[in-house]
Amino acid sequence: MSQPDLATTPDQQAPPVSRRRRASSGRVPRIVWLFLLIPLAVELAWVFWPAMNSFWLSLTRWSGVGAAEFVGFDNYANLLDDPVFRTAASNTVIWTIGFGGLSVIMGLTLAVVLNRPRRGVGLYRSAIYLPMVFSLVVTGLFWRVLYQPDGAINSTFELIGLDGVARQWLADPDTALYAVLIAAVWRQVGYIMVLYLAGLKGVDPSLEEAAAVDGANRWQRFRYVVFPQLRGVNTVIFAVTVIDSLRTFDIVWAMTRGGPYDSSQLLSTYMFQQGFTLVNLGYGSAIAVTIFLLAIGFIITYLVRATRED
Amino acid sequence: MAVQTSTASPGVARPEAAPSRRRGWVFHAVMAPFTLLWIAPLVFVLTVAFRSFDDITRRGLGSLPASFSFDGFTTALQSGIGRALVNSAVVTVVAVVASLFLASLAAFALSRFAIPFRRTILLAMLAGNLLPPQVLLIPVARITESMGIYDSLLALIVVQVGFGLGFYTFVLYGFMRGIPGEILEAARVDGAGAGRIYARIMVPLCRPALAALAALATTWIFNDLIWAITVLRSEAKFPVTAALLNLQGGFVSNWNVVASGAVLAAVPTAIVFFMFQKHFVSGLLVGANK
Repeated sequence: MSQPDLATTPDQQAPPVSRRRRASSGRVPRIVWLFLLIPLAVELAWVFWPAMNSFWLSLTRWSGVGAAEFVGFDNYANLLDDPVFRTAASNTVIWTIGFGGLSVIMGLTLAVVLNRPRRGVGLYRSAIYLPMVFSLVVTGLFWRVLYQPDGAINSTFELIGLDGVARQWLADPDTALYAVLIAAVWRQVGYIMVLYLAGLKGVDPSLEEAAAVDGANRWQRFRYVVFPQLRGVNTVIFAVTVIDSLRTFDIVWAMTRGGPYDSSQLLSTYMFQQGFTLVNLGYGSAIAVTIFLLAIGFIITYLVRATRED
Repeated sequence: MAVQTSTASPGVARPEAAPSRRRGWVFHAVMAPFTLLWIAPLVFVLTVAFRSFDDITRRGLGSLPASFSFDGFTTALQSGIGRALVNSAVVTVVAVVASLFLASLAAFALSRFAIPFRRTILLAMLAGNLLPPQVLLIPVARITESMGIYDSLLALIVVQVGFGLGFYTFVLYGFMRGIPGEILEAARVDGAGAGRIYARIMVPLCRPALAALAALATTWIFNDLIWAITVLRSEAKFPVTAALLNLQGGFVSNWNVVASGAVLAAVPTAIVFFMFQKHFVSGLLVGANK
């Protein structure tokens, strides 16, 4: 075995870069190539190859038996005329804004409130991010029980005299999507809070002190001194939230399966129905590719941000 | 965080010190009820799980419990949740170990050797993990079918490993790059080859990162639904998430059974959370806190 090049970080490479790099790349031991190529092959086979297949499938009509029939962009044209697709698309927009907005506002507020060490803070924090450890299916079932006609939500409304508000939350097309949304936000807030708590650790306290000396009140100090320093965390949270929203599947599937009457259908649940329940593989793939196209900008944002310091 | 407040200069701290006791009161007066409200859904479901079927049908789901019974749990366990928990445990343990092993190999190669285009490779691997799974589902189902592993736990394990690899590699890469080169240099001078350096030095040094990733990956894989229902068909092979949905379909109005099943499915990840809270939280932060 030849000597391993332990040149460590790229920036530590010796000055005559091009020569050195060529020389050292030749000295990567064979076992190290194996170390890299085995995981890479697994990911290529199970992620990149299927992804490329989806693009091809989205240009076909196929029910899984026989050969796929190439139809060009017909599937995409049909999507535009499909009322359920339009509902799913607008629900996905509502979902992204509602899910992202609510969990970010609550997560950030809680992070600011629970940032200073004082008695009980650890307990409050743990309780708030505890839902994060449950699966979305479990969260969905928990909230299904709560939303039952005689469940805790309606009982509570009746207890405080708001009998008129009580309804069949998940069976009512007007409320189903929002009922699911609340459950999802309940689970997500803890995660956003943890991210912001980490971001607040990186905030320079001396700037806030200086602002306090200059007479800035609490809100002004947060708005003009602390918040701008959270820009990095904000970018990551923004990207992660949008990507997560577009992927959302489990909780809707567990609570409503997209119903009643497609009122809580998201792109992801509609894709699953078309692809696996109705076995319209080409049409399902076209929806999948649509989800991908909507996500790609945010994926790139995340990648750029996550590797910026390298 | 302790640093943050202790560095406050006395001049600024003093004006805030006077009302601090009162503010502490306000803080708890707001946070304690809020936190109780936050965990109220859990408490409610837990009480439903321990009520008897008769109690629920007679007095209503939302009323205070008047019975205590394990019937819900027994029925849920007998109706497939027990087997499903075993399936989930097998898939989770194997997939977590396999994906962290493969990811650590790739991260070692990329972080410590002059692999051409290593940055591009790393970014591409991470991008693979960020893809919406929907774009992979149909082809992945076809591939498992053509390989003859469709509807087997092996298929689910392989899919979980493939989809998670990119993220784990990315995190471990960052961690490994932070390890001082002198340590490895010393081992190299002593005649250790790359394999030895990986196994004897790199992996032990990466323990904190591996622990955090393991805690996070465990909850991810254990909690997954979409891959499971994509590559599995027979109920006997379902992990607990998919089995729960079946249970719900089979026991439509037996809320004590459904609640018990959900509680059983929540227990393993809750244990991971309470035992490895520190690792779990640092796991949540990896890769996202820049």
